[in-house]
Amino acid sequence: MANETNEPRTSPPDMAFEPLIRVQSERIVTDAVVGPLAGNGSVGALVTFTGYCRDEGGRLKELELEHYPGMAERQIAKIAQDAASRWPLLGCAAIHRYGLIAPGEEIVLVACTSAHRGAAFEAASFLMDFMKTRAPFWKREHLVDGSVGGWVEARDTDTAAADRWHRL
Amino acid sequence: MKLAYFAWVRERIGLAEEEVELPAGVVTVEDLLRWLKSRGETYDAALQAPEIIRVAIDQEHVDHSEPLAGAKEVAIFPPMTGG
Repeated sequence: MANETNEPRTSPPDMAFEPLIRVQSERIVTDAVVGPLAGNGSVGALVTFTGYCRDEGGRLKELELEHYPGMAERQIAKIAQDAASRWPLLGCAAIHRYGLIAPGEEIVLVACTSAHRGAAFEAASFLMDFMKTRAPFWKREHLVDGSVGGWVEARDTDTAAADRWHRL
Repeated sequence: MKLAYFAWVRERIGLAEEEVELPAGVVTVEDLLRWLKSRGETYDAALQAPEIIRVAIDQEHVDHSEPLAGAKEVAIFPPMTGG
């Protein structure tokens, strides 16, 4: 996989793999990301999550995702490292888009591999919860009627979802 | 010190970034937010509810009690809504 210049690839010494972290405006090609993660004899489980842009009942033309370049990659890398220190992962990828995203297009992809399914499921869920609350991205709605809607408000349920990991 | 603003904080202030000289007495993030809020209407509109504002120093999340000493870039933004 090409290593672009804004892709931090920092791994603590105890990490057996380098997480694939990307922040990009282009579409996410899931197979290209996920393929190399599995298919090796030690991987028994691959969990992927893709978050898509909804049309909000036909009201939404596109979502605009603003981000903080540099910090976005750095925070996602940190979240991936946290996940790798909590679960025995064999690999993970986390990709988040920015810019204008149309309904039906993907916004975010996380993928985790492990020997058994429990770790991969939990780590993928953990990654998503923290991507939503700690990675510097902000959504704004552009509506079908041509107007620019408001900034999407942070949801208490997302904060609660991230907080529950502190109690485990 | 460089200040960077994002999302509705950026829109309300009307700037994406600026260089500022901190006045004496501005020591922590909380002090910085209070001082910025007093700089004019646009800043006041952006920082009406400082308790919900998130801050990063040199790209790391910090609490409002964090000292600013040594900071090169301070980013000020609303709660994040990615994912």
